[in-house]
Formats: sequence, C-alpha cells, structure tokens
Amino acid sequence: MITIHFILNGQPVNVEVMATDMLLDVLRGTLHLTGTKKGCGKGECGACTVIMNGRAVNSCMVPVAKADGARIDTIDGLGDPDHLHPLQEAFIEAGAVQCGFCTPGMIMAAKALLDEYPDPSDDEIKEAIAGNYCRCTGYTKIIKAIHIAARMSNGKGGV
Amino acid sequence: MKCGYYTASTIEDVIARQRAHPGKSAVIAGGTDILLDIEEGKKNADLLIDVTQIPELNQIEEMGGRIRIGAAVTHAAAEKSSVIQRNARLLAEACRSVGSLQIRNIATLAGNVVSAQPAADAAVALTALDAEIEIAGQDGRTTIPILKAYKGVGKSAIDTSSQLVTAITFDALNKNQGSAFIRLEQRTALALPMLNVAAVTALNPDGKTFAWVRIVMAPVGAGPVRAFKAEKSLKDAPVTMDAIKAAAEEAASEANPRSSRLRGSREYRLEVLPVLVRRAVAAAAEEVPGHGLCLEKEAVRL
Repeated sequence: MITIHFILNGQPVNVEVMATDMLLDVLRGTLHLTGTKKGCGKGECGACTVIMNGRAVNSCMVPVAKADGARIDTIDGLGDPDHLHPLQEAFIEAGAVQCGFCTPGMIMAAKALLDEYPDPSDDEIKEAIAGNYCRCTGYTKIIKAIHIAARMSNGKGGV
Repeated sequence: MKCGYYTASTIEDVIARQRAHPGKSAVIAGGTDILLDIEEGKKNADLLIDVTQIPELNQIEEMGGRIRIGAAVTHAAAEKSSVIQRNARLLAEACRSVGSLQIRNIATLAGNVVSAQPAADAAVALTALDAEIEIAGQDGRTTIPILKAYKGVGKSAIDTSSQLVTAITFDALNKNQGSAFIRLEQRTALALPMLNVAAVTALNPDGKTFAWVRIVMAPVGAGPVRAFKAEKSLKDAPVTMDAIKAAAEEAASEANPRSSRLRGSREYRLEVLPVLVRRAVAAAAEEVPGHGLCLEKEAVRL
C-alpha cells in the first residue's frame, strides 16, 4: 500500500491505496464518491469521466499513482441540490437526461470543454463528447444543454 | 491488477529499475493499451515503470528542421502543438483520429508505436514522415527507423523490460512538400479504421513532377506498410491524376489486408484501397503551392 495525495474537488485528500488500483475504484470504493459511474471499465463508454489537471480522462484507465499530486474534479464537486451548477441546470432545462447513467461523465466532459472553450460550436461539442456513450437521448438534447450552459456562463470563461 | 508501480523521474532511473527486475518489468506511459492487455492476461509484468513524469520526455522541439517528440507526449498535446500543425499537418490530423478525447488526453504517440497495432493512426502518419525512434537501453542509446520497430501484429521490436523509447524524430515538412492523412471509418470516434492511408509528397521546383513520394497504408500487414513500388513509380513522374491512379493500383498490389467481420473483408479493402491512396497522394500534392496538378475533382473524390 502507498499513500497518495491529491486535490479532490478543491479539498486535499490523502488515501491509502495499491498504486495499480484504478482512480475510478478509489473514488467510488475508498472515498465513497459514487457520482462517477463505472460502465465498460475499458475506456470506451466515458461514464467514468473525471477532470484531471484540467483534462477529461477515463478514470477507469488511470492507475491511481498517476493521480498523485494532481487536481481531480468529479461530478460530486459540482453544485448541490439548492445551488445547481449551470451545466446541471441546463441538462434539466433541455431534457438531456433520461436514464441518467451517462450524465455524470457527460457533464464532466462538457465542463472540461467549456473551461477551455466558453462558447463552443456544435462540432467542438460533438468532438468533446464523442467518447461518452448515451443510449437514451440521441445526443441532440445533450448538445443543446451544453449550448445553454455556455450561454448561462455568459462568456465569462468557463462554468 | 496485482503488480508493482514505480513513477520514474529520469531515464537513468527507468534503466536502473529495469536492471533490478530482469525481464519482469514493463514501461507504462498513458497505459490505455497495456493496462487492458495485463487485465486480459495478454501481457505480464511484476513492475510497471511510469515514464510520464520525466520532464524531457514531455517536450516537443524543433531544431534545425528536425522535429523531436518526447515519448510521454500525448495525442492531444501533439494535435494542439503549433510545431506539429506547422511542420507535420498530417500527424496532427492522425492524432485527432485516435480513440476519444479522454483517450487522447492520456495515450502517447510512443505508445501508439510500441503497442504495434497495424492500424494505429499516429504511427501510420509517423511512418509517412519517415520517423526514427530513439531508444535508451541497458547498453546505451540507439535510433531505429520506425518500420524496424515492428516484429509482427501487436509485437514490437522494442522490449520495454530492458529498453524505453525516449523520443520520435522526423524532418519538418518544407514548402515544396505536402501531406495528407485519410481514414475510412464506420464512426468518427472510438473505432479502429477500416483502412487508413498517409502520404507525403515532395515536388520538384517546377511543380510539375514529383521529386519523391511516401505512401503508407494500414491495416494491410504487420505494422504500417510502405508502398515502396508505388513510391518508386512516382519518382520524377508528372503530377497528373493518371500517374497518381496508376501508382495507387500499384500500391494496392503491395497490400495484404485480412478480412475483418467488423471492418471489412479483404476483398472490400483491396477494392477501396487504391481510391484512398489516390485521394491521399492528390491531396498531399495539392498542398504544395504552385503544384501543377489539374484538379479533376470527380476523379479525386470518387
């Protein structure tokens, strides 16, 4: 076992892990942050997307040793029931959620995009979420929701 | 997954760890291939040595017309790099075709080569750039041409229990040279290509004849496949669609694709391959300012 230190949703954390545990399993199993979902477990579905040092990654494919010293943001750190994050509000407004399983990963992929490109085009959105499967919505409303969130942020440079 | 994990801080550090675990370690960069291979029992290692925190492996440099990409540079970093966009546009495009953004943010170009998968997009573009692989090992450093890095499908000539790739280098494209990368795919993300073709063309100063051409095709053999005969047939040939078409047919005769239930039969691939080669060579030639190619749009796009 080794001790890993990282900044999780703005708070410093120390956690005892096996270095080859996957970040996803540490988040869900050790830290009990179950907002991030496990889908395929091999980097194909995007349900486990988190943001590591500003970039969207599949947490099922990141040995937790790679997170040592990193900044990790997960869906659990976005908003709360009384104060939703603009992306969460936009997903509700656009009806971009059906079964909801892909939503945490989809929102984190969208957040990484908007943090870098506050006013993305349709194509930029499609490229950013191409690694996130949704079997319910057909994506149209998700793309619309990301545009709405971008407008809410009012070009203030990220949401 | 039960194995040790060590994050190295220098190249020497990697080599020392490899020496301490003879034959039992493996280098990990992004890990998007090797982690699955270990999980599925296709590969074995007692110790994974992470090379992504070694500062010099994270650089993209341009020096005296030569581009050097460190072994820890990700596809996303290469795709966005102005050095790559300016000097090797086809490589930026190929990097953008790999996996998904989440994969490209982690997976490295060096890994794309060492995994030795025949259809690996970045490796196909690097082969068209006639790239060389810099390797550090127990007996010092060596450089090999990219084609020598392949021993078979999924089998690399680079043994990461005793060696590591430190960088990939190639000559920057100049103004008399053009490049193109074309991918036949069923969907634009998270899918291996049915076929991909990369071409780099250099025109003679008159713009009317080819000085040389490099054509790379995949997956039509173990690793990226150069169409050497087709390349030779275009040397000093006129920059015309007729010459390009003839060379494209020749290129297909140098390909040996397998049938895939998911990504097309051998017969289908052999039928469409010349079309892709034609498009790639024509698009690369069209990139050179003052090219003499008469745009026969129908012929190019068909």
